[in-house]
Amino acid sequence: MSNAWPLVRALRDPASVRGLDGAGWTNLVSMARAESLIGSLAHRLKEEDVPARVRPVLDDAIAAHQLARQQALWEADCTRRALAGYSGKVVLMKGTAYVAVDLDAGIGRSIGDLDIMVAREDLKQVEHMLLDAGWEWVKPDPYDDQYYREHMHELPPLIHRDRDRMIDVHHTTLPLTARPTPDARAMLDAAVQLETGQYVMAPADMVLHAVAHLVADGDLAGGLRNLWDIDQLIREFAKGDEAFWVSVEERAKAHGLAPHLARALRLAARLYGTPVSQSVAGVGQFSDWIHERRLLARDGWGRETRKLTRLIFYIRSHWLRMPPLMLARHLFVKWRKGQGAA
Amino acid sequence: MNPLQETHLAIGPARFRIALAWKQPLELLKRLYADYPDPDDGFADFTVRLEPDKPWRRFIRPSVHISGDFWLPDAAPLPLEQGLLAAEMGMNLQMALGWRRHLLLHASTVEKDGRALIMTGLSGSGKSTLSAMLGERGWRFMGDEFALLCPDTGQIYAFPRLVSLKNSAIAAMQKELPDDRFGPLLKATPKGDIRHLKPAAEAIANMHEPARPALLLFPRFGYEPAIRKMGQSEIFVRLTQASTNYVALGEAGFRALTEFVDQVPARAIDYQSGAEAEEIINRLWDELAS
Repeated sequence: MSNAWPLVRALRDPASVRGLDGAGWTNLVSMARAESLIGSLAHRLKEEDVPARVRPVLDDAIAAHQLARQQALWEADCTRRALAGYSGKVVLMKGTAYVAVDLDAGIGRSIGDLDIMVAREDLKQVEHMLLDAGWEWVKPDPYDDQYYREHMHELPPLIHRDRDRMIDVHHTTLPLTARPTPDARAMLDAAVQLETGQYVMAPADMVLHAVAHLVADGDLAGGLRNLWDIDQLIREFAKGDEAFWVSVEERAKAHGLAPHLARALRLAARLYGTPVSQSVAGVGQFSDWIHERRLLARDGWGRETRKLTRLIFYIRSHWLRMPPLMLARHLFVKWRKGQGAA
Repeated sequence: MNPLQETHLAIGPARFRIALAWKQPLELLKRLYADYPDPDDGFADFTVRLEPDKPWRRFIRPSVHISGDFWLPDAAPLPLEQGLLAAEMGMNLQMALGWRRHLLLHASTVEKDGRALIMTGLSGSGKSTLSAMLGERGWRFMGDEFALLCPDTGQIYAFPRLVSLKNSAIAAMQKELPDDRFGPLLKATPKGDIRHLKPAAEAIANMHEPARPALLLFPRFGYEPAIRKMGQSEIFVRLTQASTNYVALGEAGFRALTEFVDQVPARAIDYQSGAEAEEIINRLWDELAS
């Protein structure tokens, strides 16, 4: 077993698990756990006739994610109360947003930290309100702290002292040093209000945030989960809304994310069979292949494989985030710290 | 990437696939778990991975990094000679973080006449040693690490993996039992000296038999013999601390635990020797276990 195709295939076509033997199931479960997709997989296989030894494993995953969902919504509500005196928009992001709106992408999804977005000029105010309500800094390192504040798209992470849950407060969707600079103002303006008074991004922005997260940020670790989010969002939004493809394409151009959207659509179509607009996805590129290779770098024991491919994407993730001189400086500071610790 | 070798273990209701980068601990595991049922169909609830923490650590001063389906970011590696302990810790980790079918209590358990005696406490309390000792004196050993409390029936299920004897308990048990019941002596592990003991044949053969919880003890080794009553709220809070998945089970965990505390008599006991503990336990069992 050399790659994660069996997992991708099971998510895409649940009937594909029918031929699995015991070892095949054990491999599938390990891969799904490693990629944080076990909850989504368990829900996808709800109607499938699976072996008796497998059913409890899947039921456990469903129960675990039911609790994760409840905890995510509770955490969002704690934040709502802490920020009750704040007059600006508080936009829930990623997994918490998916479950708050009850989207398919939220079904069985693992949710760790709470991610919210507020206007950049209000960061200080929001930060103080959260600190007053019991959140504390996770990283007391001055270099990291300054780095976050000057160059990142979010505050350094905060953790709640009683509930032990993290919150990431964003003011935009990509690091400030990254080359595409999505229009955070426009995202806030278009955000949709929930009954609770909090907001989520409008559908096109929600997809583009997931796209930016997958393609323009980070090293594609956990990418199968992010790509699954994109697949589920698109299937739900595009169904019955012919204007969706037009709006997402326009919006992608406005945010400078058109090539990223195209790449994500091609990958989603290739791996998960996502029905995509051919004109928006564009023609395949040779470099799609190495992205696919990276996304599937997981073996049946749950190990990450393809070290070199992963290294390339790791280096690329830094390259995307920072201009070369800044990258050199950053790596030097981090290296010196590493030396100090050793 | 180097291929791993694997063996499968069934312990109580849980099944593990143990995947290793080395042959030697694998052979040892197979030998010590030879009497356990052999799950040969390939299914497993969890995968444990024991691999070198750096590629060259496969050969040079080989050290074992413990991971698997569930893992902790800061797990310290162990030297290869302690591979058996690494496997044990890897299985514990999967159970502690991933098992949801029962409420897990960090406790040892023995059974008599379908009724279970559960002993919980901090490490060093002697709960593991006491369960191993009683397991040779007419009780069925059900586990020295986790008691599995079923939220639906209130019954305790066994998790009788190899007993992990520590420090002075090793010599005490060696005096009583033949050498073929033991694994190799692991010296100076992070938990002190350790020697694994195969549970009695009956414990392995009956490992799927649950038992009704009849007595809960909080033993403490090294103090003047004493027996103390405890308030229900103290018992409840100490058990939430002794449970690895109480929070993860949500409401089901709360219901299971309150029912347990309501129905099972409990005492804290102090003792200074195995004989003393045995005497106290037998007395309390006759008096309280119904």
